[in-house]
Amino acid sequence: MSDLNKLGLAEARDALRSGDVTSVELTDACLKAIDEADALNAFVHKTPELAMERAKAADERIQHGDAPSMCGLPIGIKDLFCTKGVPSQAASKILEGFKPEYESTVSQQLADAGAVMLGKLNMDEFAMGSSNETSTYGNAVSPWRRGNDDAQLTPGGSSGGSASAVAADLCLAATGTDTGGSIRQPAAFVGITGIKPTYGRCSRWGIVAFASSLDQAGPMTKNVRDAAIMLETMCGHDPKDSTSAELSVPNFEAMLTGDIKGKKIGIPKEYRMDGMPAEIEKLWADGAAMLKAAGAEIVDISLPHTKYALPAYYVIAPAEASSNLARYDGVRYGRRAQLAQGDGITEMYEKTRAEGFGPEVQRRVMVGTYVLSAGFYDAYYNRARRVRTLIKKDFEDVFAAGIDAILTPATPSAAFGLGEMTEADPVQMYLNDVFTVTVNLAGLPGISVPAGLDAQGLPLGLQLIGRPWEEGDLLNTAYALENAAGFVAKPGKWW
Amino acid sequence: MLDLTYEMPKPKTIAGAKHDWELVIGMEVHAQVSSNAKLFSGASTKFGAEPNSNVAFVDAAMPGMLPVINEFCVEQAVRTGLGLKADINLKSAFDRKNYFYPDLPQGYQISQLYHPIVGEGEVLVEMGDGTARMVRIERIHMEQDAGKSIHDMDPHMSFVDLNRTGVCLMEIVSRPDIRGPEEAAAYIAKLRQIMRYLGTCDGNMQNGNLRADVNVSICMPGAYEKYQETQDFSHLGTRCEIKNMNSMRFIQQAIEVEARRQIAIVEAGGKVEQETRLYDPDKGETRSMRSKEEAHDYRYFPDPDLLPLEIEQAWVDDIAAHLPELPDDKKARFISEFGLTDYDASVLTAEVESAAYFEEVAQGRNGKLAANWVINELFGRLKKEDHDITDSPVSPAQLGGIIDLISSDAISGKIAKDLFEIVYTEGGDPAQIVEDRGMKQVTDTGAIEAALDEIIAANPAQVEKAKVNPKLAGWFVGQVMKATGGKANPKAVNDLVSKKLSS
Repeated sequence: MSDLNKLGLAEARDALRSGDVTSVELTDACLKAIDEADALNAFVHKTPELAMERAKAADERIQHGDAPSMCGLPIGIKDLFCTKGVPSQAASKILEGFKPEYESTVSQQLADAGAVMLGKLNMDEFAMGSSNETSTYGNAVSPWRRGNDDAQLTPGGSSGGSASAVAADLCLAATGTDTGGSIRQPAAFVGITGIKPTYGRCSRWGIVAFASSLDQAGPMTKNVRDAAIMLETMCGHDPKDSTSAELSVPNFEAMLTGDIKGKKIGIPKEYRMDGMPAEIEKLWADGAAMLKAAGAEIVDISLPHTKYALPAYYVIAPAEASSNLARYDGVRYGRRAQLAQGDGITEMYEKTRAEGFGPEVQRRVMVGTYVLSAGFYDAYYNRARRVRTLIKKDFEDVFAAGIDAILTPATPSAAFGLGEMTEADPVQMYLNDVFTVTVNLAGLPGISVPAGLDAQGLPLGLQLIGRPWEEGDLLNTAYALENAAGFVAKPGKWW
Repeated sequence: MLDLTYEMPKPKTIAGAKHDWELVIGMEVHAQVSSNAKLFSGASTKFGAEPNSNVAFVDAAMPGMLPVINEFCVEQAVRTGLGLKADINLKSAFDRKNYFYPDLPQGYQISQLYHPIVGEGEVLVEMGDGTARMVRIERIHMEQDAGKSIHDMDPHMSFVDLNRTGVCLMEIVSRPDIRGPEEAAAYIAKLRQIMRYLGTCDGNMQNGNLRADVNVSICMPGAYEKYQETQDFSHLGTRCEIKNMNSMRFIQQAIEVEARRQIAIVEAGGKVEQETRLYDPDKGETRSMRSKEEAHDYRYFPDPDLLPLEIEQAWVDDIAAHLPELPDDKKARFISEFGLTDYDASVLTAEVESAAYFEEVAQGRNGKLAANWVINELFGRLKKEDHDITDSPVSPAQLGGIIDLISSDAISGKIAKDLFEIVYTEGGDPAQIVEDRGMKQVTDTGAIEAALDEIIAANPAQVEKAKVNPKLAGWFVGQVMKATGGKANPKAVNDLVSKKLSS
């Protein structure tokens, strides 16, 4: 077989089980592809020796008939996950040189299932960003280009490295994390599938925290079936994470029947934004038509508090982040600034954090500190929490009324060019999350499925939002949409 | 059971230029929960370990690490709440208190500001003079302890020991019901006693396992009563908080010194600023810890890593059902069951171990006699050698044996003291020792009479004098005791001497 790196998880799994390929061959193909793809800057720490070691071990397991679904499949891991003995620095300068003594629960579960880690993937610093431009490693680059224009495009963020690597076939799949859209937006930008499960499905233990009440890990894959396979391995109750749900994990893949007859799909009117590009509007309508054609009932719904979601998110997430990032102080690990004669502890904190955090992280720490401070707490943080409750209730109401899933665009536009937003107001960048943050605020599962191309040949995605804990049903609806959309476009190789 | 009722003690007053001033004190007591593991990690809480050896990844705030509540700490907090007759909140929650310091690795302390686990309770604080104050408890919450910064090991560097980081503390917050330095010390002593009974805090102040922040204000006589009527704080003076004291003596000194400082300010026409102060025992003064500009804004908010803490009433009931007898109840029972005085009962119930020791000795014996022996002989002897009741060389069974020998008239009280000394230093079964060493009291009047007759015969002059002056009979008693090696029953000797001399 050639181009083994271009396989998806399910295909590769089946080929491994039938003995057509070995994990070593798959891994080797990916490692070669990675080495040729430095221009994409997706992998920021390569672990070829570790990968080969794991691939050999996986091959042995498969030979002995012990082949869990992820066994032998080469994947990339977002730099936000702590991986034992391997640099894990959340794309931040402040964690320079940090190699944890522990492995995150999610990456451990993947490793236990036999998955082969190829290396660590680029991302926005501390997962704060929508374009991968805040990374201390420099931005990852999308494998896609606008027609014949060779301007570099963003793979989205924060899981930009994961998106770029999967879209460019550097790995079969990758882990991502999603606090406000960090899986779904980059997946949409590069034409792959990304699911953020219900809050509490995946353990957060060992994942560098951005905003604890919003962060969730999830898979970024080449298709919906792969997402089902990988998500199942990533999920599960973890006693080390108090917010992890004590629920059994169903066989998601077995739920992919493609049959959505009689399902009620809600179309929320509040997601129809002023100035929304016609292409996005059309994509959305096409998506609804496809689901209808597959037997679903399309229902107009209202989620009345949607317009308050983005401001509420940009209060809650920075507030939690300002506290979560307080531990990066140069005292115990990571980078400590050079101090001048006579500098004390205050100078050490100030210099270390000023040097170690990039501008976007600093901005959010400042905003978070401000909204939690005495005299502003009620006006910002408490109000945002109340909004969050209302947003959650919006969803509960429509689900109680019988809606099975909600269809929205994944992003307000196709991928933009790297550097195009540099001069813009940071709030312009935050608008990228407008369709995705509600899902995090409500703790719901959301999936982004590639559904079409824009006029310049760039991928566009649709988002499906499901009922809590019903990822299986959501994946099946996504599977039906995927079948109907028949998205097969791949970026031409220029790197 | 006796219902112990007390008069209220008088508030401490300090004479001012024009009138007396009264003191008003509220306390925040930080008690380290007795548990093997920390509040949110499995690391050991053992005192005195090598620096930074009891540190889990979460204690060091490594990236991605998450806290998981130690249920035993919750149980201990509930137990403490029940011991202070307080409301237990079935739903509580953890908040983050944010500030930077190297011995606080997370950059925040996990605490319970908005929803503490324990609500209002009360503590009876006896002053030992027949008065007692009922101090209201406002709340108890759980929180993480910080680590230790060490600044004096190196001229240029500071060191941090994280062993203590994340250990569970209970912060017990009182209402401003304490009215003087002695009451403050008695209040802490009472809390300590209750928690030691409950096994929820070892109360070791020297190791810092029990420390207090003390809020002190002054007011004019009568103002406090108005506050009590209305619960309106405006009747009271502005308070200053003296931080982090772990000595009863310093707490009392600090309160007095701080009150005098405030009186001086007010009498000079000034205003007391609400602030945090530290007590310097060397200089005997309190001083400001930080100015208003440097005051922390802790940016409390609910910890998103922890779900609200929900506990079941049935679980609380079960803990309540298995609560040990508390000091007040035990004391009342000792008074009613053993006929002890209030004072003796207080002494014996001060430490749970002493009370247990006494009860074992008193079981089936004369309670008052048992109390006398435990308090006067045993405690006295232990104190002499700085021993604790828990390492007493005399077991309750041995002391009981000595008391049995007294009660059965086998030995005299004087011999009993000798016997106690032998048991204390050499050990052994008291009855056997008495047997082996011939310490048994001589109650055989024939033998006593023979000895007395001999003395009378040898001392005719003394006999004559004694007949005139009966007070001299004591000389004959002494001679008989001497002749019998102190083993003669003193009552039998007395009786015989007075009979013979009057005949």
